[in-house]
Amino acid sequence: MAILDAKALRKSYDGREVVAGIDLTLRKGECYGLLGPNGAGKTTTLRMLLGLTAPDSGSIELLGHPVPQAAREGRIRVGVVPQMDNLDPDFTVSENLLVYGRYFGMKESEVAARLPGLLEFAALETRGDSRIQALSGGMKRRLVLARALVNDPELIFLDEPTTGLDPQARHLMWERLRLLLRQGKTILLTTHFMDEAERLADRLAILDHGRMLAEGTPPALIAEHIEPEVVEVYGEGVEAWFGEHAMALSARAEIHGETAFCYLQDAEPLVANLKGFAHLRFLHRRANLEDLFLKLTGRDMRE
Amino acid sequence: MIEALLAGRWIAVWRRNYLVWRKLAAASIAGNIIDPLFYLLGFGLGFSTMIPEVEGVKYIAFLAGGTICYTTMLAASFEALYSGFARMHVQRTWEGIMNAPVSLEDVVLAEWVWAASKSLLSGTAILLVAIALGLSQSWKMALIVPLAFLIGLSFAGMGLVMTAIAKSYDFFTYWFTLVLTPQMLLCGVFFPLSGLPGWVQAIASALPLTHAIAIGRPLFLGQWPQDGLVHAAVLAAWGIAGFAIALGLFRRRLLA
Ligand SMILES: Nc1ncnc2c1ncn2[C@@H]1O[C@H](COP(=O)(O)OP(=O)(O)O)[C@@H](O)[C@H]1O
Ligand SMILES: [Mg+2]
Repeated sequence: MAILDAKALRKSYDGREVVAGIDLTLRKGECYGLLGPNGAGKTTTLRMLLGLTAPDSGSIELLGHPVPQAAREGRIRVGVVPQMDNLDPDFTVSENLLVYGRYFGMKESEVAARLPGLLEFAALETRGDSRIQALSGGMKRRLVLARALVNDPELIFLDEPTTGLDPQARHLMWERLRLLLRQGKTILLTTHFMDEAERLADRLAILDHGRMLAEGTPPALIAEHIEPEVVEVYGEGVEAWFGEHAMALSARAEIHGETAFCYLQDAEPLVANLKGFAHLRFLHRRANLEDLFLKLTGRDMRE
Repeated sequence: MIEALLAGRWIAVWRRNYLVWRKLAAASIAGNIIDPLFYLLGFGLGFSTMIPEVEGVKYIAFLAGGTICYTTMLAASFEALYSGFARMHVQRTWEGIMNAPVSLEDVVLAEWVWAASKSLLSGTAILLVAIALGLSQSWKMALIVPLAFLIGLSFAGMGLVMTAIAKSYDFFTYWFTLVLTPQMLLCGVFFPLSGLPGWVQAIASALPLTHAIAIGRPLFLGQWPQDGLVHAAVLAAWGIAGFAIALGLFRRRLLA
């Protein structure tokens, strides 16, 4: 059985299609990433999958329950980390978890028994009685994650889990998510960070303007859409060099601002050529998700 | 509504609000009592030299029956409007709850019943004060406790409609100045309706606070209200209609 199965989802707001035909199937135990720029339709997709807004057309099955008709039953074994923290500011850390457990119909004693484990998972063992206002951004985010685990869900939705966090807090979050995957949980994650998608996602889809532009494992996607090697060239006179040499030596090349991006099967000849231009600096690396992302979604700024 | 009520998922949401209230109960109860107490003592004692009796009872006792009703009206209104808006919009508490297996209907139902519970709490508090002041000795006034809950349902139902369409807290000022304050002045809190011109009485007779006072004042004075069930039905009708309209508006706002 698929953990989550969605077909041909569409949703319009004010005559504008923000989700324009999305198919999505999650397998047990995988981490699936929805990678897309701001406004791509990631949150709207998650809300439809949870039954919090009805799609204009398409079908959804969440843990075997048709959505939105039986969305409530589906959500019993789902945990959600929303894009914006919505912890209860009137409660302490522990109270937030206890009160949230009740929404799943859990008994007080049941939640109380899970409490120490959840606090430890969130690295908040000593903070049970703290007020929410006293927590850092990373702590709040981990508490939201712990809250999403209160019902021991099979499937966890995370909407941009590390946006706005500092590097230490992001790494701790990633470590926790990998722990959940090792426990056999299934994760659906949205992000606009390439590194996050590349680190966590077993499979991912690149989303833009409500459409899936590509789907697959990160290495397969890169292999399919992008030349394996990249050389970034920058420095005084890069434009002159680009016009004369880049195109000839690369499979594909483009210049943005003060940097030339050269995509190649084999970087050897280009690197040799660059040795002759001492004023230019360059970075030779393997193609990554960011290259793929930029190729598919373009380089225009969003919102 | 009945189905959601029986399913009981709203209770967890009601308990969330109750737990917050309990943490701040002392301040909350004090606020609930002090304001009406000032009215009672200020107006009641102040006017009692000029108006010794109204409709055959001491003015302060007459006033107390009305004050209890309008205090419960305000308690439910503040909760449904300001606190409800905070939970729905500012803190996104509802959003968090709806990610669990709880529906919007469960949440709105819980808010409705909770706001009415606040009426019950504050009605009870002021009733105890009135007893302590020796203003009423009849056992019938115990029925004011369930009446306070009904008044709460009536005003919270309508109040939630405002919450569902509010963009910010500022909007609620209109509800208080254009809807609730006029009722306080027209519906017989401070003086008997019979003293008002006929057309004002006609308007007042449609307003829920009039019906609340038509039950609450006699009970407080130890009498049985006339047509008590009719008045109760009017209060319930306002509340249920408000709840139904509010739920539709909340759906459009939050589940679009
Ligand atoms: N309730 C809504 N009403 C109108 N427009 C909406 C609503 N929700 C989302 N949108 C629009 O749909 C588009 C996609 O939004 P969203 O799904 O939040 O994107 P993402 O999460 O990828 O940033 C955006 O342009 C957003 O403004
Ligand atoms: Mg989003």
